[in-house]
Amino acid sequence: MSIKTGVPLLLSGNEAVAYGALAAGAKFYGGYPITPSTEIAEVMAAELPRIGGKFIQMEDEIASLGAVIGASIAGLKSFTATSGPGFSLMQEHIGFAAMAEVPCVIVDVMRGGPSTGLPTKTSQSDVMQAKYGSHGDYPSIAIAPSSVMECFTLTVKAFNLSEKYRIPVIILSDEIVGHMREKVILPGPDEIEVIDRMQPEVPPEWYQHYADTITGVSPMANFGEGYRFHITGLTHDVSGFPTERSDETTALLEKFRNKENHNTHDLLMVDEFCMEDADFCIVAYGSVGRSARQAVKMLRQEGVKAGMIRPQILWPFPKFPVENMLERVSHVLVPEMNVGQLRKEVERLACMPRGMIQGLNVLDPSFITAEQIHDKAMEMISKQK
Amino acid sequence: MVQAVPDMTIAPKVAIRLSGTGGQGLLLAGRILAEAAAIYDGLNAVQSNSYGPEARGGASRSEVVISPGEVDDLRCKRFDVLLCLSQKACDAYYSSLVEGGVLIVDSTNVTVVPTSRALELPMTRMAIEECGNRVVTNLIAVGAICGYTRMVTLEALVAAVESSLRADLVPMNVKAIKLGYAAAEKFVQDMSEKKRGQVRDYSFKGTQATP
Repeated sequence: MSIKTGVPLLLSGNEAVAYGALAAGAKFYGGYPITPSTEIAEVMAAELPRIGGKFIQMEDEIASLGAVIGASIAGLKSFTATSGPGFSLMQEHIGFAAMAEVPCVIVDVMRGGPSTGLPTKTSQSDVMQAKYGSHGDYPSIAIAPSSVMECFTLTVKAFNLSEKYRIPVIILSDEIVGHMREKVILPGPDEIEVIDRMQPEVPPEWYQHYADTITGVSPMANFGEGYRFHITGLTHDVSGFPTERSDETTALLEKFRNKENHNTHDLLMVDEFCMEDADFCIVAYGSVGRSARQAVKMLRQEGVKAGMIRPQILWPFPKFPVENMLERVSHVLVPEMNVGQLRKEVERLACMPRGMIQGLNVLDPSFITAEQIHDKAMEMISKQK
Repeated sequence: MVQAVPDMTIAPKVAIRLSGTGGQGLLLAGRILAEAAAIYDGLNAVQSNSYGPEARGGASRSEVVISPGEVDDLRCKRFDVLLCLSQKACDAYYSSLVEGGVLIVDSTNVTVVPTSRALELPMTRMAIEECGNRVVTNLIAVGAICGYTRMVTLEALVAAVESSLRADLVPMNVKAIKLGYAAAEKFVQDMSEKKRGQVRDYSFKGTQATP
């Protein structure tokens, strides 16, 4: 990496994602430029050739993720970055990567939608697309950074989870986080945990690309190194060839589901702020998490026992901390720059009276400030009295 | 993950909006100001941008929030310092200035100034006449902001210019920063005693910077 570590730097969120990818060992980037994600491609175009990696600008986003999947099958840690319109195009290949169990990372720097929407304005409206964008029951991991430092650390995390579970991982950044600059001190290579995919320990003639193992994750050989395997988007058996046998098709979907269900602890990453004695909880993520943090401080100064739960890993949804919180608090506020995508997920877990869980859904692309969250919280409290 | 003793204090902060039209270098100006504050003056800063889909022309803004403590205001609605390099920006954003905040305008472009307390400097003219290139108008502006408010030191600004720009562009840009800084300093010195007393202290003296 041609960037200094251990000293303060003023980086943008997008730059930090790019350097996080490099720190995690990314060697391939295939993408198509789109505001507000382009800076990631710019850094990768400059950095990858210097370390023997490959950067390629493809003809569109479908091909971009296709190239990423191919490079990953060949053994390179690979990723792409895009925004809403490109993310929509990538959905087919996200499903393929999940089905073929190809590790890869997709960065979606969210902007206003639907369609080409507001290219230079922020939004959080791709939350559900990150979970359910492609068809079929596939496991989803989505990560939402809220600071430039998290853009770095959570990108490393995204690569690690992707390699560990052979699964596509989505980083849900947004225009504000991607374009803002903050002071960061990047950790050196020996301070970062990097996980590489498990390699087969059997001779090539015994190798099964989707072998049934105790961890639920099959070791993955690099294509072209003597291990023969078949990859298809069709439902397949352990050898990778299509099957319709019900025991095998069920086992495959169970395997996918268990990537989430058997690893809930590993896939749980939440920032809890002032939650020990909280009676009013704000659930926020991404850039809005920063405003929520400030709003908690403002409410505490006025004597309101406010707290915040900020899922850093958004999908799988942090069920246990949220359920635990719902049993303790009397109000929940979910501020989001969309019509309430994550609020519904919170409501699903709750048995609270109507109106106790509310959203602050700002569709004006100018962001949600701490004052707005504070005012909404005070309104909810005063109405109850 | 759960903090033992959460600190509930909200640190003092200064929010600055740099506005004008696309192509005037406002994004770079914001970046230099943030870098000077965060890297060379040991403060914290968050810098964000706002612009339309056009490459040139159209409204362009850059915003910087500087504080010795944590900054969680990624976007502000109201600003303590407002820089306007175009009349359109001045008309559109004057209302976002807080009561008693400082308005700094490029009087080459901004002819209708909504307050008599504004710091008016012919920045574009200064850039052309004294630095030989209008592209450094943005750095004259950054110098002027800091010369007036003293929230970031001149040394830090120069260091930020040196580290962010190509070596052959540094002398012209450093000259522009110093020019703006000196002009604003002189403006404050020439104020009447009463007016100067009303200027808010924007420096973070007496506050402890968090690393």
